[in-house]
Amino acid sequence: MKIIYVDNNATTKVAPEVLDAMLPYFSERYGNASSMHSFGGGLIVDIRRARTQVADLIGARPEEILFTSGGTESDATAIHAALQSYPHKRHIVTSRVEHPAIKNLFERYEKNGYRVTFIPVDGQGRLDQNALFESLREDTAIVSIMWANNETGVINSIDEISREVRSRGILFHTDAVQTVGKIPIDVSHNGVDLLSMSGHKFHGPKGIGALYIRKGTKFKPMVVGGHQEGGRRAGTENVPGIVGMGKACELAGRHLGDVGTRVRQLRDKLEHALLHSVPRSMANGGQAERLPNTTSIAFEYVEGEAILLMMNEYGICASSGSACTSGSLEPSHVLRAMGVPFTAAHGSIRYSLSHYSTEEEIDFIIAKMPPLIERLREMSPFWKQAAEAALH
Amino acid sequence: MWEYTDKVKDHFLNPRNVGVIEDPDGVGEVGSLSCGDALTLFFKLDAQGRIKEAKFQTFGCASAIASSSALTEMMIGKTLEEAEKITNDDIASFLGELPKEKMHCSVMGQEALEKAIACYRGETIKKPEGNLICECFGITDRQIEAAVRDHRLFTIEDVTGHLKAGGGCGKCHENIQSIIDQVQGKPKAMRPEPAPLTNIQKIRLIEETLEREIKPTLHQDGGDIELVDVDGHRVMVKLRGTCAGCKASQVTLKNTVEAKLRELVSKDLVVEEVRS
Repeated sequence: MKIIYVDNNATTKVAPEVLDAMLPYFSERYGNASSMHSFGGGLIVDIRRARTQVADLIGARPEEILFTSGGTESDATAIHAALQSYPHKRHIVTSRVEHPAIKNLFERYEKNGYRVTFIPVDGQGRLDQNALFESLREDTAIVSIMWANNETGVINSIDEISREVRSRGILFHTDAVQTVGKIPIDVSHNGVDLLSMSGHKFHGPKGIGALYIRKGTKFKPMVVGGHQEGGRRAGTENVPGIVGMGKACELAGRHLGDVGTRVRQLRDKLEHALLHSVPRSMANGGQAERLPNTTSIAFEYVEGEAILLMMNEYGICASSGSACTSGSLEPSHVLRAMGVPFTAAHGSIRYSLSHYSTEEEIDFIIAKMPPLIERLREMSPFWKQAAEAALH
Repeated sequence: MWEYTDKVKDHFLNPRNVGVIEDPDGVGEVGSLSCGDALTLFFKLDAQGRIKEAKFQTFGCASAIASSSALTEMMIGKTLEEAEKITNDDIASFLGELPKEKMHCSVMGQEALEKAIACYRGETIKKPEGNLICECFGITDRQIEAAVRDHRLFTIEDVTGHLKAGGGCGKCHENIQSIIDQVQGKPKAMRPEPAPLTNIQKIRLIEETLEREIKPTLHQDGGDIELVDVDGHRVMVKLRGTCAGCKASQVTLKNTVEAKLRELVSKDLVVEEVRS
């Protein structure tokens, strides 16, 4: 069965060019970059090139890029560094719709005695910026706001927010894991001090990520040991991963135009077609500015896990905000924070496209979804009632 | 992704007996949209008192749909006395196996069956007894005790998988853990019973609790509550505003008002509505 992959916010395929770039570093150029011999030590050149490729994609300087194992580690490193550097500051700020990598981290700091402000969003997933600015105080150590939301694709005005936070002398971190490679980012023109990214979200390999640390930002390492990464993150460099991430950044820069135009049109086509052909459906965050590749559609009165498993029968891969796909029984905290009603939150499906998505695939999804939702609704005890109520 | 058996997948993708029976002998409804799953079960008997037809409608995940489908297959051909012996474990084993996080789907089947049979016999199912522990899914301590004992559950996750209790906001985790500890033989040091309240103290405390804890919530929805009298452990109240005549008011009375008063005033209080 052909796989129709529209789950690119979960992970992406490694680009063939990226794989080719990485392969020599497994069994031919397998040295340790810290070694004195040039077979190993010479790899510093390759790492330096990758660091430049990453920096170029986001408008940073190579020395401002720290390689990590992925987005989650980058987030934890950033927050850890800020709190260790300013131990007397006991207040931290984030939003209600963050990825678990930030959400659970902040909840843990809260348990450990930090005061945490969780900033709400409106019905479209847009951050309450005034509430954010009003929450800042003298002992606020850091503000962490995601650049774009992984479930809805809703984009926060990070340029504006970061400048304001920075002007008050407070560190600003952004989880840009979903943003890098999808829309242009330029940290040289905003107030972002720390930015997390992850290789596998834009056709790089898994197990590699990066943290941008603006020059001059106080820093304390989380992982100590060897002197790798300038003493900021110990551990032998993941050379194949670093090279792969560098290459992926270079490609992503070249494909930004495609993602912003063709992929956006495909996303719009999919969204319009589904909203048009499936009654009682809506796009979560559809009125807000969003990533060009993401749409989260709520199909009322059906349950997300059941939808996904039926899509699976056609080889269509997507995600859901439903509770039943995770161990939890509550639907996604993101949709709940937006006030999406339970009827819709349970039946929300996220489609996330990529540079490799084709029109043919989108047409296939457009053809398969309406009858599939119809079938589940026929089984639902609420559907007939709801449909009748709507007629009156 | 869950590991579902082939039989679960089959009953999900090709569910048996989906639909409605227009003139059923028994109907059982459980669950709600906000809970994430719901099931309506119908059956019809033949002249010999055996179930000749069973149908269902389910809103929920794959295992909820498969459990409902399996249940209808299991019921058909049985007398009500035979059918009422079907347990959630029977439904799960009919399907091969259910992931333990999904056991509540089979529990939903069993509950719908109980309700449908009670409906046929003209009985009403007694509301679950005990004090509310999980507010998100409306599960009481008695229900949790029974599940922990009967199904040998040892962790909060097990309880959530079975009853959904604790799967929402998570505020009740501590209480669930102490029930598990109690049942599974890790008795905590008993807290000394507080001295009984005098009548005046009790009334004052009830009034305070209503003012502080309950009225603000009701006001948000345009409702209000008034204390009429206190007689022993009976607390008589009048509902006003949008609460009066609201279908959910009985739920509010029991789940919110009574639970709060029991928590903060006295464990044996019963709230009754006085209509004007």
